[in-house]
Amino acid sequence: MWLTLTRIFPYAIAYTIPMLVTSLGGLYSERSGVTNIGLEGLMLVGYFATAITIKLTEATLGINALALGVMVGVLAGAVFSLLHAFASINLKADQIISGTAINMLASALTVYLARTISGSGNVRILMGIVRKNIPVLSRIPILGPLFFSQTYWTTWLCLLIWGLSWILLYKTSFGLRLRACGEHPSAVASAGVNVHMMRYFGVIMSGSLAGLGGSVILITYSGEFNGTVAGLGFLSLAALIFGQWKPLGILGATFFFGIATTIANVSQVIPSLNIVPPVVFKIFPYVATLLALVLFSKKSAAPKAAGDTF
Amino acid sequence: MSEIENKEMKSNAFLVAISAVVLGLIAGAVLMALIGSNPFTGFWFLFRGGLMNIERVGNTLATATNLMLVGLSVAFAFRTGLFNIGASGQMLVGGLCATLVAHHVFLPRPLYLVVLILSGLLGGAVWGIIPGFLKAKFNVHEVVATIMMNWIAYWSVYYFVPAYLKGPSLETESASIAIEQTLRSPWLTKLFPGSYINLGFLVAIASVIIIKFILDKTTLGFELKAVGSNRFCAEYAGIRVNKNVVLSMMIAGGLAGLAGLSFYTGYSRNMQIGVLPSQGFDGIAVALLGASNPLGVLFSSLFFGVLQSGKGFMNAMTKVPPEIADTIISVIIYFTATSVLFKRLWEALFKILSRKKAVRDAKPTNNKEVK
Repeated sequence: MWLTLTRIFPYAIAYTIPMLVTSLGGLYSERSGVTNIGLEGLMLVGYFATAITIKLTEATLGINALALGVMVGVLAGAVFSLLHAFASINLKADQIISGTAINMLASALTVYLARTISGSGNVRILMGIVRKNIPVLSRIPILGPLFFSQTYWTTWLCLLIWGLSWILLYKTSFGLRLRACGEHPSAVASAGVNVHMMRYFGVIMSGSLAGLGGSVILITYSGEFNGTVAGLGFLSLAALIFGQWKPLGILGATFFFGIATTIANVSQVIPSLNIVPPVVFKIFPYVATLLALVLFSKKSAAPKAAGDTF
Repeated sequence: MSEIENKEMKSNAFLVAISAVVLGLIAGAVLMALIGSNPFTGFWFLFRGGLMNIERVGNTLATATNLMLVGLSVAFAFRTGLFNIGASGQMLVGGLCATLVAHHVFLPRPLYLVVLILSGLLGGAVWGIIPGFLKAKFNVHEVVATIMMNWIAYWSVYYFVPAYLKGPSLETESASIAIEQTLRSPWLTKLFPGSYINLGFLVAIASVIIIKFILDKTTLGFELKAVGSNRFCAEYAGIRVNKNVVLSMMIAGGLAGLAGLSFYTGYSRNMQIGVLPSQGFDGIAVALLGASNPLGVLFSSLFFGVLQSGKGFMNAMTKVPPEIADTIISVIIYFTATSVLFKRLWEALFKILSRKKAVRDAKPTNNKEVK
């Protein structure tokens, strides 16, 4: 059992991290008062932009192409999210429709460009991140093999962003204002805060972080752009809800979902996990989210003004 | 007075739809030009691909069939103030039920067709009723609930098809349905030789008529629309809002289930796993462009049907990738969502025009007064 656990744990973390940052992006957006169901599309844009950048530069830049790819992925996600921000903040559009349009546009446009650039709809990169053991820490019994062995640098970057975001959102006055925009925007406006600017910040953060999520998928476990992130964006949205719109909540939720996904993927090869059909693990996150919504329906933690125009 | 306002609103919806389509086509043209293709030849082949001969018209109608049913589903939910983003999942479940029936139920043709259609309808309705119930009973937002239901359907089909419906060759798709067990019908195929057109088209047309009748001529339709325009007012008037929410989602789910039926047992003959049918989202565009009106849905689904079925031909004749059609559709959705933009534009334009007209009309009367 211990051996199984140490073997699947790095995979679980690899699945968790892209969801965690994307979900965190969703947190910024929804806390500022803009519902964002376009996370899937924004993730896909980051995924695509990173793939193209690395493909074009890996011959000259070598390993540095990965870092450049991540930066371009983040930027592409941010730029694409401006479409959603403009529609839902300035034009007071229905945010669900706008988000749907973002998802559809991303999946059509990225494949359109991929076909034009590489001939087929797929973009394969030659290298990924080398996994490293963290010195000293990886030798701690139990925790070492689970958390500090065979890790990607992106994992630590994303965890750092998660920690900083928590401080920004919950320990600074800026964070308080941002969250207030999602609860009672007119009150914040009367205090002299520019609600539109705050919401722009929230949406752009969601775009950049979802873009980062897409990049991380590519350079850690996927290695190839294939036109879809297979619902990971929606899974991140589920994690945001299951985690009740709180940083610690989404950390727990994404980790939970990451483990479930990993178990579903490997249960065919590992006999001790073969008792439960994999479909149970795959649908578990969605069912759990629905149940959480039912359970918390009386005192929903959702930002009160999320989805409302201002 | 209200009639005039109504007319103005209708022309407004029409103008918004046209503006969104034009902008979508322009975006498509820009994208084609961007990769060095001539947009005019691109569009020429796109529309020819959908309409150039009787076989292609048949395929366009078959493509439009699926879009029409999903569009109706989304539009129907919209009228009750609900956003059914779960049409994909409802399609999958309806299609799965219909595929099961097609493989295992053998009856005389007319009776068989009834059972087949009912199975698709029921599968979708069950998948729609769950979010409806959660919304009515626990106030769970239907958008979130239907997204979750989509992925539950996706993964259920992903594991169900290889386990119980596996085809002889590929692991990733179900066994093909015998042609006599599908919705294809000899006389329709004879009418449009070589095309995918099937009885689903008649089901879709019948659904448009039935939904129009329900919305415009029945108490149920009135209640649903009342809930959609103001649920508190409806509640005050004694309408049972929760019952209507569940009913609306059930009917919307059933319509999407019919789309699954027509797609998986008519248009194609097997189910591929690992694909969330994109029609579920295209249907949102159909409903929006059709202003959630059954007749509007009919026409907009035909338009999108041309785009979707012509893209393959365009791709073969030019260098433009087929995803241009999906890009145009998503741009159209984006611009219908931001319709405020053109509403303002058109209103400003009308104001200027009517002011000019008023000035022109006013001048002679002024002259008379002076005299």
